[in-house]
Formats: sequence, structure tokens, C-alpha cells
Amino acid sequence: MRLKAKGKAKVVKDSGKLIELRLYVAGQTPKSLAAISNLKKICADDAKTRYHIEVIDLVKNPALARDHQIVAIPTLVRRLPVPIRKIIGDLSDTERVVVGLQIVQPKR
Amino acid sequence: MKTKKRAKPRTHQLTPLQKAPSGIQGLDEITGGGLPRGRTTIVCGGPGCGKTMLGIEFLVRGALQFDEPGVLMAFEETPEDIARNVASLGFDIEDLAARKMLFLDYVAVESSELQEAGEYDLEGLFLRLQSAIQAVGAKRVMFDTLEALFSGFSNPGILRPEFRRLFRWLKDQGLTAVVTAESGEGTLTRHGLEEYVSDCVVLLDHRIHDHISVRRMRIVKYRGTKHGADEYPFLIDERGMSVLPVTALQLQHEVSDERVSTGVPDLDELLEGKGYYRGSTVLFSGTAGSGKTTLAASFAEATCQRGERCLYIDFEESPKQVARNMRSVGIDLAQWSRKGLLFHDAWRPTQYGIEMHLLRIHKLIEQVKPKAVILDPITNLINASTEKEVYSMLLRLIDTMKSAGITAVFVSLTRGGESLENANAGISSLTDTWILLRDVELDGERNRVLCVLKSRGMEHSNQLREFQLTSEGVRLIPAYIGSGGVLTGSSRVAQEAKEKADALLRRQEAQRRQRQFARKRIALEAQVEVLQAELAEIEQEARQSSVQEKERDDELLFDRQRMAESRGSREKAADE
Repeated sequence: MRLKAKGKAKVVKDSGKLIELRLYVAGQTPKSLAAISNLKKICADDAKTRYHIEVIDLVKNPALARDHQIVAIPTLVRRLPVPIRKIIGDLSDTERVVVGLQIVQPKR
Repeated sequence: MKTKKRAKPRTHQLTPLQKAPSGIQGLDEITGGGLPRGRTTIVCGGPGCGKTMLGIEFLVRGALQFDEPGVLMAFEETPEDIARNVASLGFDIEDLAARKMLFLDYVAVESSELQEAGEYDLEGLFLRLQSAIQAVGAKRVMFDTLEALFSGFSNPGILRPEFRRLFRWLKDQGLTAVVTAESGEGTLTRHGLEEYVSDCVVLLDHRIHDHISVRRMRIVKYRGTKHGADEYPFLIDERGMSVLPVTALQLQHEVSDERVSTGVPDLDELLEGKGYYRGSTVLFSGTAGSGKTTLAASFAEATCQRGERCLYIDFEESPKQVARNMRSVGIDLAQWSRKGLLFHDAWRPTQYGIEMHLLRIHKLIEQVKPKAVILDPITNLINASTEKEVYSMLLRLIDTMKSAGITAVFVSLTRGGESLENANAGISSLTDTWILLRDVELDGERNRVLCVLKSRGMEHSNQLREFQLTSEGVRLIPAYIGSGGVLTGSSRVAQEAKEKADALLRRQEAQRRQRQFARKRIALEAQVEVLQAELAEIEQEARQSSVQEKERDDELLFDRQRMAESRGSREKAADE
């Protein structure tokens, strides 16, 4: 079952870069919920980029863990732009997330 | 696991540790039944030592032989690679997966792509594991190799609690798990997995010794069970793993009173007329070409004639060559092979290490279930090893065979020149019957002589016999033993002829003397007659003379009387 994050899909003025993210969680555990909220915050803070976030609950669909090769929870996968990047953890370390997703635009 | 499944309440009665049989030959014997059920076993060792093989065989046999489906969580090789590797052992993993007896999950752990940002756990792994177990109703799980997680996730502070959680969870679910791990320098495993899993640890070793590969296994730890603590050699061949079992080295086997023929009637004669004891060990020793193989083949034939299976293991000649050679003495081995009673196998002693030989022989014995086993020759094995190791190997082999009531025949080649008794000293003490074939050289000929040096439990002749190979098999002829020592062959024949001539001469001499005595007797008897005649004459004379004396006396008396009378009458006349 896919849950689409509400809001934050606004198109913004700048480059129109789209980043497609998938967050794998396991039910309503503290880490999972923290990851979801942290991710929303990070994406909200970066108003210049469009984010498309998909949250996948592996408790509801364990077969996906195998199909998508997920071991750690939570796992955040940046599917677009390629190359794929994976980040694990509850995303409390914002800098790491940002660096990992490479969403900081180089300053002019 | 985040689900609210409670662990099963532990019973408070003391039940013995349950074991999950592995189905691996020999391993269940060493462990007293198999790996601990509901617990995790670590299999560690260097690269290529067979850890993955053991784990997979445990899973596959569990599914095939013990109706326990299994899950394989593979971290290093993909299931396709694993399936290919074990296909050569006759394990069809894909088929098992299709039949829902086995579930394969390949867990890709790449460290380079992963960034860590915050707290995480390995719940993904748990979820996959649980879904896999549920898919087939698994009772066994194998992880190959969990240590891959260490390279994928750099935070040991997170990993270690998760490992603990994993093994606790496996235990709560009652799953029997096998985890492979690579050995560390001086530690059992490189990352110290044995801290979390300490119910059972098996260490595998793969060494090269004198150019020959040797595999060994050791149960380092097995909580709650008495287990064999030695290193056990094992091999991996086309049927999977086999570990050398440790059966009774206790000398407690049953013995039989039954006797089996040696295949050579003349030899049976020397052994109380009955042959060897069933289940005993026989040693034929002798120099090259002395006929030991022929004796062994005779025994093989006798065994097959009784309808019993015979396993003939040759370290020197090929079976076909032996069969051909034996035809010349009237033994047809090929027919017994055709009838499925004779199993003639041959391989070079330098092909394996000594333990491998023992294992291979063992496997053949299990397969063929013979009543007689022949090793020809055992001395070749020393080329591949040391005498001490060969002795130890034979000791174990003899023990196994005695326990099974198998009659064993060993052929030993001794070098001419050294004392035959010395050369075989160690091995001969292991055997119950020792038959020595010796060459005797005399007068430009070499002949063979057989002697039963010892035969426990029976009266055996201690006489030497001349050993002859005829087209009807082996014949034993009483050798000539005289003042000149043992004579065989032409010397014996010559000596026998000489004796005959001597005897004839003596008889003739005796006859001559008899005649001489007869003549003398006649002569003496004639003399006696003459003397007797003289005696008679003298007696006659003596009688006559005494008669004459008497007559004269009488006459004298008469005359005197007459004179007296006549004188008297004149006086009277005078008086008147």
C-alpha cells in the first residue's frame, strides 16, 4: 500500500529539478515515524526542489524488502535523478541526508 | 521482531538437549545426534574449507531426509551460484525451492552505496527472514555468511545488539540455525560472532600436507553434550560431505566361532582343517613375487563361492591385471565381479592423504557391505605417509571391520634381505593370523616356503610347507627338513631320491649280513656236531673202561678166592 506524503509537491520557481524519494519503514516504530517526519522537514526546508516522496511500509508488504533489497530500517532511496543513492537511519542527521541526497545546489 | 508474538513458555522439566540430525555421514556420530535443535551453530574456518557446503548439506538433507524445510539467507553468493556449486553433489536446489522445501534469499549488502544518517536497525532483514520462514514452514535456517553485515554497516554499536536480537529470536522460534564465519587470526571468527552464539561451534580446517590436501573438522564447543573433541578428517566428494566416524575404539566387539575357508585346501589343513575365524584379521607377508596376491585372490574366490560379498582394494595393480594373472592359477575373479559379489577397486596410494584413504575405504564398506575385505598391499600406503600413521589408520579400520564381523586380509610386501619378522613387527601385532611366505635359495634354485607364524585361537601347524602355484591353484607340499635344513624344489627331489637309494643300500647290507650269519651258524653247528660225536665216543670209552676195571677187579677177587680156597684145602689136608 502506498502512502503519498501530503503537500510539498508544489512546483517551485527555480530549476524544476525533481527528486524522487522512497522511504522504507516498518510499521509505526519510533525510528520509522522519526524518519518520516525528518524527511518531510528536510524537503520542506529546501523550497527550491520538487520532491516526490513515497513511503513503503514493509510490515504490510514484506516481500518488497526482498525484491528491493532492503536490510536496514529506515532506508531512504533516491530513485531520481540517477544514480540511485541509499541512506539508512532515521534521518536525524540532516547534513548527512542533504549530502547524501546531493540536494544542496552549488552556490553561484 | 516488532510483532507481539510471545515466546513459548519454557517448561521446567529437564529435557535432554534435542538434536537436529544433519544427515552427513559421520557428523551425527561425532555430535551424538546432530546439531543442537532450536539453537544456532557457528561453522568457522578459512576460505574454501567447506563451511558453506556443510551448511547447505544440513539444509538440503534436512528437507529431503528429515522433512524439515529450510531457509538459506545468502549474503555473499547468489542462490544461482550456490545452486550451481552444489549441483555437482546431486543436490537440486531449484527443485527443492519449487517444491517449497527450501527458500533462498540473496541479501545484497553493499557498503559503498550506503550512507548512515541517524539511528537504524536491521528490521528489514528480520522481515525478510520471517516471510521466508513462513513461506515454506521452515525449521532450519542457514546464514552464509552473517559477517557480510559487518562490511555493509559500519556501526558495530548497532550491529551487535541486532545480532543478539536475531539469535534470541531464532531461539524463541525454535529454529535450528547454522551461521558460517571466517576464522580470524587467533580467534575463532574474525568479528567475534562466537560471543553471541555459543551453543555449538564447529571449526573446519583445510591444509596441504606433503602436496596432499587434508580436511579436518573439530567440534570446538557443544554445550550440554558429550562430544568427540578430536580433529576428525573429512572429505567432500560427489555424494557430499563425509566425516570419519569414531566408532568403537573400545575393543568391545562381538566375536564369532565360525570358520571360513582360506580358499586353499592345503592351507586350511594347517589351520585345524577349518580355515580362519570369521571377523579375524589375516596378514600375508613376503617378498616380491612370493604369491601373496594369489593367496588373497584365493580367499576372495572362497568368499564369493559362499555367496558373500568381497571388497578387494588394490593399491598396486589394476583389477583387470590381477584377474588376468589369477586365471593362470585357475582362479576366475571376473565371474564373481559379474555376479556382483566381488568389488575390485584400485587407486594409487599417493593419490590421497592417509585419512582420505581410510575414509574412502570406509565409504566403500558402507556401500558394498562386504563380509571380507582385502587390502593389497598395505605397505604401499607408507609411501604416502609414515608408518605410524598407517598403523593408526589400520587400527581404526580393523576396529570398524571387527565390529561388523568382516574378515580382513592385509597383504604386506617386505624387502628381501631384512628380517621378515622385523619388517612387519608393528602391523603383525594387530593381526590374528600371520602367514609368512619366504624364499629359499639352494643349489641354484629359488623356491617358496609358507609358514603359519601365528594364528590366535587355534592350533596351527608350525611346519614349513613348500608353496607351489599350479594351474589348479595353490598347493602346499611338506618340505623336506633334514640335517641340511629345509630343502625345496629339485633339491628336495634329489634328497628324496638319495634317501631312497640309501635305504635300499641299507636293506641290502642287512640282507647280506643275515646270510653271513646263516652261514656261520651252519658252520658252527657242524662243529658242534663233531664235538658232540667226540664226546659220545669218550663217554663210551669211559664206560667201557670202567666196565673193564670192574671185570678185572672181579677176576682178581675170584682168583684170590680160588687161591685162598686152594690154600685152605691143602692146610686141611696137612692137618690130617
